[in-house]
Amino acid sequence: MLHFPACSEYHWGDMSTPAMPEALESSVNSDHPAESPLSIRDLTVAYQRRPVVWDIDYVAPAGRLVAVIGPNGAGKSTLLKASLDLIPRVSGKVRFFGQPYRKVRDQVAYVPQRTSVDWDFPVNALDVAAMGLYRQIGWCRWVTRKYREQALHALERVGMADYAHRQIRQLSGGQQQRVFLARALAQNANLYLMDEPFAGVDAATERAIVSILQDLRTAGKTALVVHHDLQTVSEYFDEVLLLNLRLVASGPTENVFTAENLKRTYGGKLSLLDQVGARIAGS
Amino acid sequence: MNSQAGKIRHILMGLFMVSSMLFFPKSGVCREPENMTGSPLLRVLFLSDYNTRIVLLGTSLLGMSGGIVGVFMLLRKRSLIGDVVGHSALPGIAIAFIVSQMVAPGSGKNLPGLMAGAFLAGLTGALCVMLIDRYSRVRPDAALAIVLSLFYGLGTSLLTVIQRMPTASAAGLQTYLNGKTASLLASDVWIFALSSIALTILTLCLFKEFTLLCFDDTFASASGWPVLFLDSLLIGLVAGVTIVGMQSVGLILVVAILIIPAASARFWTDDVRWLTVGAAILGALSAGLGTFISAMAPRLAAGAIIVLSGSSLFVVSLLLGTRRGLIWRWREQRRLQRRTGRHDLLRAIYEQIESTESVHDVTEQQLLQARFYAAQLLEMRSWNLRRLQRLIQHAIRNEELEQNPDGSCHFTPDGAALARRAVRNHRLWELYLINDAAVAPGHADYDADRIEHVLAPEMIRQLEEQLMHQDDKTLPASPHTIPTTDAPAQADSTP
Repeated sequence: MLHFPACSEYHWGDMSTPAMPEALESSVNSDHPAESPLSIRDLTVAYQRRPVVWDIDYVAPAGRLVAVIGPNGAGKSTLLKASLDLIPRVSGKVRFFGQPYRKVRDQVAYVPQRTSVDWDFPVNALDVAAMGLYRQIGWCRWVTRKYREQALHALERVGMADYAHRQIRQLSGGQQQRVFLARALAQNANLYLMDEPFAGVDAATERAIVSILQDLRTAGKTALVVHHDLQTVSEYFDEVLLLNLRLVASGPTENVFTAENLKRTYGGKLSLLDQVGARIAGS
Repeated sequence: MNSQAGKIRHILMGLFMVSSMLFFPKSGVCREPENMTGSPLLRVLFLSDYNTRIVLLGTSLLGMSGGIVGVFMLLRKRSLIGDVVGHSALPGIAIAFIVSQMVAPGSGKNLPGLMAGAFLAGLTGALCVMLIDRYSRVRPDAALAIVLSLFYGLGTSLLTVIQRMPTASAAGLQTYLNGKTASLLASDVWIFALSSIALTILTLCLFKEFTLLCFDDTFASASGWPVLFLDSLLIGLVAGVTIVGMQSVGLILVVAILIIPAASARFWTDDVRWLTVGAAILGALSAGLGTFISAMAPRLAAGAIIVLSGSSLFVVSLLLGTRRGLIWRWREQRRLQRRTGRHDLLRAIYEQIESTESVHDVTEQQLLQARFYAAQLLEMRSWNLRRLQRLIQHAIRNEELEQNPDGSCHFTPDGAALARRAVRNHRLWELYLINDAAVAPGHADYDADRIEHVLAPEMIRQLEEQLMHQDDKTLPASPHTIPTTDAPAQADSTP
């Protein structure tokens, strides 16, 4: 599962800072600018002695939609989880809006992979959406009508209001993904970290999610989305983050999402579909 | 759905009413059983014995709290931790006994001391399992086995040590392994009742926290909830139930009162709130029933009887549960098969008529006039003659078909209408699956009758438009060829 490129594939030249647009250059001088919703410095995550994420330096732009792409095992999910303190880091500092995570939790929403949960759980869609509000509700209080209405509103935004009382096991994959998204939307955060929200969803759900992402961007929010489908990157996302254990490149899609960078990211391990996507991207 | 505040009110009222039973006037001050009149059986049966009443109440409350806490153990998929806590408590009891003996000889068997020891040891055992799971490569099930045997073995050895102590006698301590409901005194039961109520209230206060923990601990952690702390709290509650239960059910079986009511309730509901209510009721019921039965037969091990009552309720739920019970699921399956068979038959007849008449839209008259034999329909689907004949008999009974003197059948008006509807729905579904392959698997419902319940009206209209001919027929053509017995196969006639 872990892909550690063989020495021959390793381009030592890549150790230099990836090319960044001029506008961001100045903000990197201060490691963790307050305007940046997510700034990462020296992040390394290892499982026992094998690195999973290696020496990441990254400053996310505010108010943009960023795709995190890379081959399987590149550490994309790990990057998100390590930033949120869900898994331990070997080294590195991560700041959200210039602050440590624990101080700005309410401004960051996390949408985990749909498969990380057992959907055979006795709750309905409204209950799951309301979970995004639990922090607001606080300890030892029950979910009152006011919060249920907020949760319902979040479900409406993802088009799942009619399924509010449907048990989650009876929802399709795309519907489940939307419920997860509603949970995050209910938090009214400024930064959304999403792990493969488009995996295994139907076309209608995909359109719905893209539309929500665009609404978020219009509202000035930021989203970092782990994405697997190269064909749709240029269409959906403003910026990309190319990852393969290390940061290969990051920046605006039109500059950075090139065939050259993709080759460097996937290191010759491009699958057939990825190649098709890469060719489309290059054209 | 009732508001949460209303639910709290109901629960508290119930608890209040139940605990007011504690204040029933006693039939005299606690008399010795031998002095009472009337046969013992009748006395128990009519709850005229104060002692029995109190014990019944206490164990019912214990059962209720066990059920409620057990829901979250079940949902957290850590049911066996209850077993670990129970077995790990044994060395705690032994150590507490030894310590009390050394500090104040003769006071070994003081209940609060023993309960404290049991609580700490049980908690330690469970935490060991959690830590082994988190920080080592040992798998959870192996960790359970290791810790359980370790602590229990330790406890057994300590008991033998106690037996060798000159002044102490360990005889009483053994009863905590198997429980001693039958010989409980009303005074013991006060602790039961209060602890059970406290455990219940604590669990209900943290209802949403525990629900989130069990559903998605990753999200919980990201949201800032202290997952390890909540897990430990849950285990603390389990330990609490254990030390209350060790007197009635015994340490070895205390896991049963945690898990069995919750597992039984799962067959009746898909909503965590009702699951908790169901587990509370089933837990109280099984504990009460068990106590009741064992009061009538004092020589049987009380703990075991309680567990047997709970297990019987489990089996009943397994069979009869309205959500996931076996019988219910079997009935649903049968219903679906019967309905599908019925629709298949009607559709086959309709399509047969369609192909012999070579039209897309069969008129009512043509439907009602057509005659067909069973043999003609055999090739249309994969059924054999016997099944086909049975289906035809069903249809005749349902007044969808009528039999003619020469053995052939024809549609009744009802049957014709149903056939038309079945064909329409089936073809709409087919087209939906073809057109919207990506979406369909999530929505397609084999029970084609309910297409209107699953797809939005606009969607159905769109599909129908797609299927229509230019000259506005009312029924879509089938997207695949229909076999016919008396003419060469018709060409595919898609719009």
